[in-house]
Amino acid sequence: MELYSLTIHELQEKIKNGDVSAMQLAESVFSRIDAVEERVHSYVRLMKDEALAAAAIADENIKKGDIQPLTGIPVALKDIVCTQGITTTCGSHILYNFVPPYNATVVEKLRDAGALFVGKANMDEFAMGSSTETSYFGPTRNPWDLQRIPGGSSGGSATAVAADECIASIGSDTGGSIRQPAALCGIVGMKPTYGRVSRFGLIAFASSLDQIGPFTKDVEDCAIMMNVLAGYDPKESTSVKVEVPDYRQYVGRDIKGFKVGIPKEYFIEGIDPEVSLAVKKAIEVIEKCGGQCIDISLPHTQYSVAVYYIIAPAEASSNLARYDGVKYGFRVADARDLAEMYQKTRMQGFGAEVKRRIMIGTYALSAGYYDAYYGKASQVRALIRQDFDKAFKQCDIIITPTTPTPAFKIGEKTDDPLQMYLSDIFTISTNLAGIPGISVPCGFTAAGLPIGVQFLAGHFEEGKLLQIASAYEKNAAIEKRRPAL
Amino acid sequence: MKLSTSDVEYVAKLARLEVTEAEKEKFTAQLNDILLYIDQLNELDTQGVAPMTHAIAVTNAFREDKIEESLGTQKALANAPDARGEFFRVPKVIE
Repeated sequence: MELYSLTIHELQEKIKNGDVSAMQLAESVFSRIDAVEERVHSYVRLMKDEALAAAAIADENIKKGDIQPLTGIPVALKDIVCTQGITTTCGSHILYNFVPPYNATVVEKLRDAGALFVGKANMDEFAMGSSTETSYFGPTRNPWDLQRIPGGSSGGSATAVAADECIASIGSDTGGSIRQPAALCGIVGMKPTYGRVSRFGLIAFASSLDQIGPFTKDVEDCAIMMNVLAGYDPKESTSVKVEVPDYRQYVGRDIKGFKVGIPKEYFIEGIDPEVSLAVKKAIEVIEKCGGQCIDISLPHTQYSVAVYYIIAPAEASSNLARYDGVKYGFRVADARDLAEMYQKTRMQGFGAEVKRRIMIGTYALSAGYYDAYYGKASQVRALIRQDFDKAFKQCDIIITPTTPTPAFKIGEKTDDPLQMYLSDIFTISTNLAGIPGISVPCGFTAAGLPIGVQFLAGHFEEGKLLQIASAYEKNAAIEKRRPAL
Repeated sequence: MKLSTSDVEYVAKLARLEVTEAEKEKFTAQLNDILLYIDQLNELDTQGVAPMTHAIAVTNAFREDKIEESLGTQKALANAPDARGEFFRVPKVIE
């Protein structure tokens, strides 16, 4: 067994026992990158020198008996989190040369926990996409089938874990951008409650929806990462002062007596039959574990994509106004005056999907349309949240498919934005309501593509999610297949 | 059609985006598709529903009013495409 293929908890043991050094582990991961990265393209930038230097320091610390939760663990960072002194591009031409003067809070927390950073992972431009095809730096490929997309927007973070080019990674989820690629790449991905993890240093897309979370190889690793990431941050005004439990203690607990809601709106026509079957089998496993499954309804589900495609672009059009060629990033060379400089810089600096969303958002917020679009969407958002509030009075957990289909082909949906948006239909309402969700592998299609099952819980109930996800993972005994790269 | 090509031009101008002729045509069609899809929200009666702006109830976050270290001019200017002295430089603003 190669070191790069192990989990955090397996490696923690080996590091603690002195069987493995941080340097050996780092070298193993970089040798794997040398072997597969050209085909997968998980990364926009590797941090090999920094990682090896950090591994040497980690080994010194290990010798002294100073072992932190992630000592020596190679972690990949989505290129949307700011890294001091390391170029951070957010998948965009307009930030092609941006070198942040500070670290995101999650980067500080991971470093303090002993992690070393392998590199910056590829993503859809400004996290706007569901396939990692809108990246200025070219698409990432799904390690299970290189002709297919890995999901998005955190596609590179997902493939880096799935292809063993790191041990765990960080993504961000605005409408499914962690859970959808986790499902399509056959790994675990969690979107925490809004406010659970600090967004300080996360390049903003839609500030009322964005949340940072981990990608891991199994549920226990997800709990370990959440222990490091979660918590209040005085630098982030929407981070919440709610006590953080030890998430690891939820792993392995049984779920007898858990009420698990099955929302009828998520088992509709148009969902791929193999996905539907795999999730139905997952429900049977939950019942065998002692979960009590009940039918519930989330009646406003069908409106979630429409609400999202007002709220998210509206917030984005405002957030992305800062990219004007003045303070950082790309600027056109030959503008005659300031207005022309703005317009040409933004024309050349942004890709088509980003422009499209800025235009939708600007239109929805413009004079005469605000009430009809943004106002209306914010009201329906309240109804979607109320659906969940009511549902969680009846059940502890909601179970759904993570995605309506397995990974689609590269290029299949690039000319039809609406079809692309609909691939997030099962993940978007979670962000609108601010609740946490996790995607866990639940099998493969006949063609060998991974399928994910999603669990949702009430605000700050990540513990319950990890509890049911670990019970499911243990009892479902999904075949431990690795992509053949 | 909810949006004409000239609406797209107007919105692009508001957003400080220059769009090419080809983009104008493409965006007009695509934005109309998206807005048509969004129209389904009008099926719902939302009279009296308070709009939701925050996922979690939040109040203003204040900190103590004490001086902390800030970025500093040099670091703040380090990423500027064009800087001189303590300033960001831009093309002329007034004709």
